[in-house]
Amino acid sequence: MTPLLEVRDLKTQFFTREGVVHAVDGISYSLDIGRTLGVVGESGCGKSVHALSIMRLIPNPPGRIVAGQILFEGRDLVSLPEKEMRKIRGNDISMIFQDPMTSLNPVLRIGTQLTEGMRLHLGMGKKEAEARAVELLEAVGLPEPRSRLRDYPHQFSGGMRQRVMIATALACEPKLLIADEPTTALDVTIQAQIIDLLQRLQERFGMSILLITHDLGVVAGLSEDITVMYAGKIVEQAPTAELFANPQHPYTEALLASIPRLDEAGRKRLANIPGLPPDLVEPPPACRFHPRCRYVTEECWTTEPSLEPYDGGPEHLVACWHVRDSREDA
Amino acid sequence: MFKFVLRRILWSIPVLLLVIFLTFLLMKAIPGGPFTGEKSVPAEILANMNAKYGLDKPWYEQYFRYVWHALQGDLGVSMTQKGRTVLDIIGTQFPVSIHLGGMAFGLAVLIGVPAGIVAALKHNTWIDYGAIFYATIGWAIPVFIVGPVLILVFALKLKWFPTSRWEGPEYWVLPTVTLGTALSAYFARLTRGSMLETLQQDFVRTAQAKGLPYRTVVLRHVLRNSLIPVVTQAGPLLGFVITGSFLTEFIFSIPGLGRSYIFSVSNRDYSVVMGLAVLLSSVIILANLVVDIIYGILDPRIRYE
Ligand SMILES: Nc1ncnc2c1ncn2[C@@H]1O[C@H](COP(=O)(O)OP(=O)(O)O)[C@@H](O)[C@H]1O
Ligand SMILES: [Mg+2]
Repeated sequence: MTPLLEVRDLKTQFFTREGVVHAVDGISYSLDIGRTLGVVGESGCGKSVHALSIMRLIPNPPGRIVAGQILFEGRDLVSLPEKEMRKIRGNDISMIFQDPMTSLNPVLRIGTQLTEGMRLHLGMGKKEAEARAVELLEAVGLPEPRSRLRDYPHQFSGGMRQRVMIATALACEPKLLIADEPTTALDVTIQAQIIDLLQRLQERFGMSILLITHDLGVVAGLSEDITVMYAGKIVEQAPTAELFANPQHPYTEALLASIPRLDEAGRKRLANIPGLPPDLVEPPPACRFHPRCRYVTEECWTTEPSLEPYDGGPEHLVACWHVRDSREDA
Repeated sequence: MFKFVLRRILWSIPVLLLVIFLTFLLMKAIPGGPFTGEKSVPAEILANMNAKYGLDKPWYEQYFRYVWHALQGDLGVSMTQKGRTVLDIIGTQFPVSIHLGGMAFGLAVLIGVPAGIVAALKHNTWIDYGAIFYATIGWAIPVFIVGPVLILVFALKLKWFPTSRWEGPEYWVLPTVTLGTALSAYFARLTRGSMLETLQQDFVRTAQAKGLPYRTVVLRHVLRNSLIPVVTQAGPLLGFVITGSFLTEFIFSIPGLGRSYIFSVSNRDYSVVMGLAVLLSSVIILANLVVDIIYGILDPRIRYE
């Protein structure tokens, strides 16, 4: 069976005055129908750029997909004409964004913004689309949905707006939902509600989810698999339980160590990884993590480690010369 | 909404009273009076004249008397133009100024706003650069250069339009272009900047992510948002262009208010100056009110309370 989404050696770059930004630098993975893949990594490592590449919404200029394939149901989105791509956006693949305060148009009614996708892709009339909009708002847990269709975004709280965004994204029953930091801008209690909501909606609608976040705590409950990105590359990928129990890459270890404990809830941030995220214009040679890595040796900055199955089986991949087990053996 | 308009109109009353008061003080501060001309007038006659117009009374009495009459719709008679009331002067000249100002404003909006929109949509192409060039040059060249150059080329050389006066459509063209050029440049720059900013907004990306055609994204999501700042600035500009066309009126010998204004100030025709001050303030207050109403229609976050 072909996977729903297969990304092959994707490279996306920005051609700026300061130089070429290698935002996404050759990543590959696949996602099956109905599954959830978490993409984690520090801010600036290329998570959003990779998601916008799938949507073919990289601002051009300055950005461009320079290499690779994005196979969606076997079709390569990279080479798809814009007109065909428009039929996929919002229809087969939807996206929700980080900041629900700015992602909705302030001068249009929620109803308009919620129904325009349905009217476009499903050819619904106004009445029909509004009826469905009410159902969707109910599904995302918005109280009194019918009367709220005529409200404007500023009349909703942040959490409610994100629910509206999710309802909008689900309007055409997409096969793939890309959620780019869907909870980052929200209060902690609301974060948990939104994650919970996504889980219930996935059970109901059956879509696959690409869940992007810099917070491993957020992906833990929702994703079956996790991909760890660092500086435009994938450094480790594994089923969630395996990754948490048996992390091999020093960067993954550091990320796990920085997950806040329950009693610290509300103060989530990445701590204790010394050094700054790398410059993507002139990234460090070979392994990009080596300037910040405690286990660095000569080969780390001379030869790039490739993403390879780690002993545990074909599901756990890691790109490192000093995976944890080899360190412990040594 | 109705309450809002009513409150704004009520608010304009103290504002107008203040304008009258300040104008009053300023006029009193200028040495001389309406009857101090080149030829010396016998003291007796001067006293008579002053008494006739109430100028012999203390200033506060003059002020209250003026306000009292103004409230009844009587702005007095001209002190230098025999037999003409202030309302009469305004009545014949103001329509000309409104006409010129309105046409210039319309021209500026019709050219400036679309130019700004197209420039932003074609960002960093030669169309954009052309619009930036126009916006910079158009704004920088003053009316007293644009006017004479237009007269020279289109009236004297090509003889397409008359050089001066205000007697029919062919007379309207050059003054309108003269007054409208700078304003259209201003609108172009304002609209372009606002469009570029809106195009960067997150909700535009959301709209694109829905698969909407670019045309729909621009028309439905970008345009209205980017016109909000343009509209907020349009109010003062509308007042400015209707009242501030004096230089253009002068260049083309147009019988608008500009002429009266210059004439009455230099002759200390107190009642005409006062009348014009009240009129111009009212126009600006009204223009701002209209803009606030449009603003509220465009932006639902604005509530009239
Ligand atoms: N429009 C752009 N122009 C230039 N560089 C960009 C642009 N968008 C993103 N980048 C760069 O791409 C890199 C990855 O960004 P992004 O994918 O947004 O990171 P994140 O993982 O936090 O989502 C960053 O270095 C960022 O500066
Ligand atoms: Mg991001």
